[in-house]
Amino acid sequence: MTALLELEGLTKAYPGVVANDDVSFAVTRGGVHALLGENGAGKSTLVKTIYGLVKPDRGRMRLDGQPFAPAEPREARAAGVAMVFQHFSLFDALSVAENVALGMETPPPMRDLARRIRAVSEEYGLPLDPGRLVGDLSAGERQRVEIVRCLLQEPRLLIMDEPTSVLTPQEVEILFATLRQLSAEGTSILYISHKLEEIRTLCDAATILRGGRVVGGCDPREASVAELAERMVGAKLTAPKSGGGAPGETLLRVEGLSLPPVSQFGTPLREVALELRAGEVLGIGGVAGNGQDELLAALSGERLSAAGSVTFEGHDVSRLGPVARRRAGLLTAPEERLGHAAAPDMTLTENAALTGGARKGMLRRGFLDWGLARTFADEVIARFDVRTPGAEVAARSLSGGNLQKFVIGREVLQDPRVLVVNQPTWGVDAAAASAIRQALLDLAAGGAGVIVISQDLDELLEISDRFAALNAGRLGTSVPTADLTMERIGLMLGGAHDMEAAHA
Amino acid sequence: MDLSAISPTLLVASLMVAATPILLAALGEMVVEKAGVLNLGVEGMMIMGAVTGFVAAIESGSPWAGFLAAAIGGAAMALLFGFLTQVLLSNQVATGLALTLFGLGLSALIGQGYVGIKANSLGRVDLGALSDLPFVGRVLFGHDPIVYLSLLLVAGVWAFLRFTRAGLILRAVGESHNAAHALGYHVRRVRMTAIAFGGACAGLGGAYLSLVRVPQWTEGMTAGAGWIALAIVVFASWRAERVLVGAYLFGGITVLQLNLQTAGARVPVELLSAAPYLVTILVLVLISIRARRGGAAPADLARPFHAST
Amino acid sequence: MIRLERRPTPSRVWGAASPLLAVALTMVSGGLMFAALGQDPLEALRTIFWDPVLGEFAWYFRAQLLVKAAPLILIAAGLAIGFRAGIWNIGAEGQYIVGAIAGAAAGLAFYPSESALIFPLMVVCGALGGFLWAMIPAVLKVTLGTNEILVSLMLVYVADNLLASAAVGWLRNPDAVGFPGSRNLSQWEASANPELIAGTGMHWGVVAALIAVIFAHVLMTRHLMGFHIRLAGQAPRAARFAGVAPARLVLFCLGLSGLLAGLAGLFEVTGPAGQVSIDFASGYGFTAIIVAFLGRLNPLGIVAAGLLMAVTYVGGDNAAANLGIPGAAISAFQGMLLFFLLAVDVLSNFRVRVGRGALA
Repeated sequence: MTALLELEGLTKAYPGVVANDDVSFAVTRGGVHALLGENGAGKSTLVKTIYGLVKPDRGRMRLDGQPFAPAEPREARAAGVAMVFQHFSLFDALSVAENVALGMETPPPMRDLARRIRAVSEEYGLPLDPGRLVGDLSAGERQRVEIVRCLLQEPRLLIMDEPTSVLTPQEVEILFATLRQLSAEGTSILYISHKLEEIRTLCDAATILRGGRVVGGCDPREASVAELAERMVGAKLTAPKSGGGAPGETLLRVEGLSLPPVSQFGTPLREVALELRAGEVLGIGGVAGNGQDELLAALSGERLSAAGSVTFEGHDVSRLGPVARRRAGLLTAPEERLGHAAAPDMTLTENAALTGGARKGMLRRGFLDWGLARTFADEVIARFDVRTPGAEVAARSLSGGNLQKFVIGREVLQDPRVLVVNQPTWGVDAAAASAIRQALLDLAAGGAGVIVISQDLDELLEISDRFAALNAGRLGTSVPTADLTMERIGLMLGGAHDMEAAHA
Repeated sequence: MDLSAISPTLLVASLMVAATPILLAALGEMVVEKAGVLNLGVEGMMIMGAVTGFVAAIESGSPWAGFLAAAIGGAAMALLFGFLTQVLLSNQVATGLALTLFGLGLSALIGQGYVGIKANSLGRVDLGALSDLPFVGRVLFGHDPIVYLSLLLVAGVWAFLRFTRAGLILRAVGESHNAAHALGYHVRRVRMTAIAFGGACAGLGGAYLSLVRVPQWTEGMTAGAGWIALAIVVFASWRAERVLVGAYLFGGITVLQLNLQTAGARVPVELLSAAPYLVTILVLVLISIRARRGGAAPADLARPFHAST
Repeated sequence: MIRLERRPTPSRVWGAASPLLAVALTMVSGGLMFAALGQDPLEALRTIFWDPVLGEFAWYFRAQLLVKAAPLILIAAGLAIGFRAGIWNIGAEGQYIVGAIAGAAAGLAFYPSESALIFPLMVVCGALGGFLWAMIPAVLKVTLGTNEILVSLMLVYVADNLLASAAVGWLRNPDAVGFPGSRNLSQWEASANPELIAGTGMHWGVVAALIAVIFAHVLMTRHLMGFHIRLAGQAPRAARFAGVAPARLVLFCLGLSGLLAGLAGLFEVTGPAGQVSIDFASGYGFTAIIVAFLGRLNPLGIVAAGLLMAVTYVGGDNAAANLGIPGAAISAFQGMLLFFLLAVDVLSNFRVRVGRGALA
């Protein structure tokens, strides 16, 4: 097999960080090539270079033997390179057909385009209605729009950036079938992921990136997951250890929690019910956009729900705001670090006061004691190993992992009775992720209740005692994690909550 | 009071004239907002259009040169706003206010020597027999060219946004600049173009005030028309055809209010003069009741775009 | 080609230096503008900026400075708090007018009593008038989500008409046949807001401005409310997460700025202006927006900015009298200042790189 795309010595530096350092590898014609690496390893910069969004400082690319240096995505597309983005490049308020047209160089008239979208989407088993608004689609369907948009251009190279993070296991199967079909037809695929298992089942070659450099290549079908993980992370990781005590009294009870969607394209909560006991970790899985943010907002008090729907330590807190709930001991950490859990332009001291004011005694008759806030921020920094020049820097100057440690640390160090976290390790490097998971387990071992909402199933299986799935704003019944298989989880995520009832 | 002094024919005809400045400005601003930019400087661009148009028309003797200069003047002001908000990433609300304050001051300065002069008339479009038809002739076919130009612009903008690829790209940029950037569209370029167009439209609207409607130059003569135009964009939920409805509605109120004043209605003059502004508030209130969940506004409206990578 | 690189942490140096740079740039372009008007730019700038402060007749102008600066600072201190929270009250001019009318009407209701309670009553009613006028956009925003920018601005035009009707109608001085305008409040002892220390321009409005600035400073730096205001402006979602109720913030910010604008109007109508008249509205409410930004939305900065803006007013009058520079040039000059300020603000959040550097 000959090479379709060759990279030679690609280097790209940003102020303070070298994103890609002398990266070279080749993707064969019709091959499925994995680009493997942790968050921050430089994968995104590299694919953006190939797609013409980033100009490398040094290095060369060749496509089909010809020099290839796209100045903008348009040129890359014209040369036969298509890309499915990790964070969707879609427009909610536009229709599927309009979204597809925006990704094409010379789209046919809308009516023809609609017909072709139907044809291609059926050919590859990805059904789509061209007339629907993208904002109304599920995460899986939205990804289909992106894929169909690429396929319509008959690409020679298809770049997929972390495509499975928004899919249920069943949807992943469908996607893989599509990709294999494409590969068989001669399309090369560059597949970016940090999920080792799926790379082993799908890809026939792999390049491993660490800290912006290529640390090796291999045939993933012949390497073990442990081997790949070690090369990707560069160090052996210790799995977090659970305290493993028996669950105590019920701390949090949610019954009949329903909320209308906040915006046109939002998700409602439908009759959510759950129970959390002292000392246990409840994992809530689900594909992105199925009500995770909404559930967190309902528990944090950002959105109030009907009286009686949220009971905390025997008291109805449904009508209490975030401050009162925090005071009572119900703490939360939302998914979006910058702009939600923390104010990007404020210092860490100010961000420490953002949620810590009441429980850390910083308030005196409405006045804030900034000295205490500073002390608390320093404590979080020290205890959670937050790498920062000090507490007086803006939150946005921290790396994702460090800010996440700060945010989680800020809540954990307030001794919550219940802590609810959403995506605690999203976009965080392996070492930090492991530290955060350990902190959550320690919290539970100390007698608190912890709810972890996450899209990372491995994470949930690793740390939670019970598992429940969110689907279109409904929460399924929880099941002990020990009894779970991947297939069962897939069905739960897909909305088949009452499997046990059906089987019984 | 003598209501019979108010002629329906004249009322409708003058409604179109009264509405045209607001229509032009609102239409331009709608395109700007569709691209995701909130330019609160409409008032400043209008008044600059009013003064540059007036000065150019007097100096050249041709009202057409006036309108051309007004469009350029409005666009120049808009590009100033564009440079600050798109290149230097300044706050759009504050910069829009600055544009208005600056425009009001600068226009007064430029217009110093032109107070009290009367501009040349633009003339009416002669549509022959059509203009002679009773009622309809006077109402629909007896206007100056700018009135028809504004109507053509409404149709043009409507078709542009609905059917053309450039229109689709403009809407896409306003919906999500990050997605548009990822697909390789030039967010800043699209927005700058829209901003300049909006400025030119506001300039034309301003010149229509100083050259046709009044037709004189006085300081601060836009008297909030630019702000009303902004309100109309909200009222129209960002749709060209509704901008037309909104502008004509306001034109109607303005004209009716003036007619009532001259007819000697037993309502305080001040209340009548305040009516267009009170009605604007009322309309804004009604709109917010109807659209509690927003939806119609471009998703990235007024959010700054900085391509970090 | 200009490229911007976001700074990891906003630069404090540029935060402080950018207003100075903006003033310098404005001086240069203002000089060019005066040159274009056929004036000697240096002479014009000297007349506007030097003479009122340090010139031969500065003793005369200095009193004027405080008189002009007080309402600007009073209004801007309130506006800045709202701007920090992303709540845009741009109708301060209307609140200023209504405050003046409300206060004057309350006082005149007791004419010609000489009770010492009249002035305090007028102060309360002036503040209340501004407050209530600002509550209109605030309540509409809180209950229906109506855009406060447009509503507060529309209310300026309504207030203008209210002023006209008061001046020629219901508040008109019944003893002055044919002339529009109310009784002269500054000459009626019970309602007068006199110069407290002769020759300084110090009146109750100046005192109120100082109190407002200190209050705003403490609020913004020490109080939880101030923290919430900054939070809501910078990261609205984080603010809600922290427990900030946006509705309360809107009511507080609009109410406070309306109240201060109303006070400014009251002190103006009882002192420097003297009566409710058709041309009472002098644009302080709009200029205060410039003052707020020039002071970087910081109460202490606003004092300096208000004084500087007062210099442009006083110096502008001086230049109009001595050099024949039109008053409009001064408004253009003020607008320019705001532009430059917004433009150089970029320096505190971004590094500016010109051309393609080695790394690009």
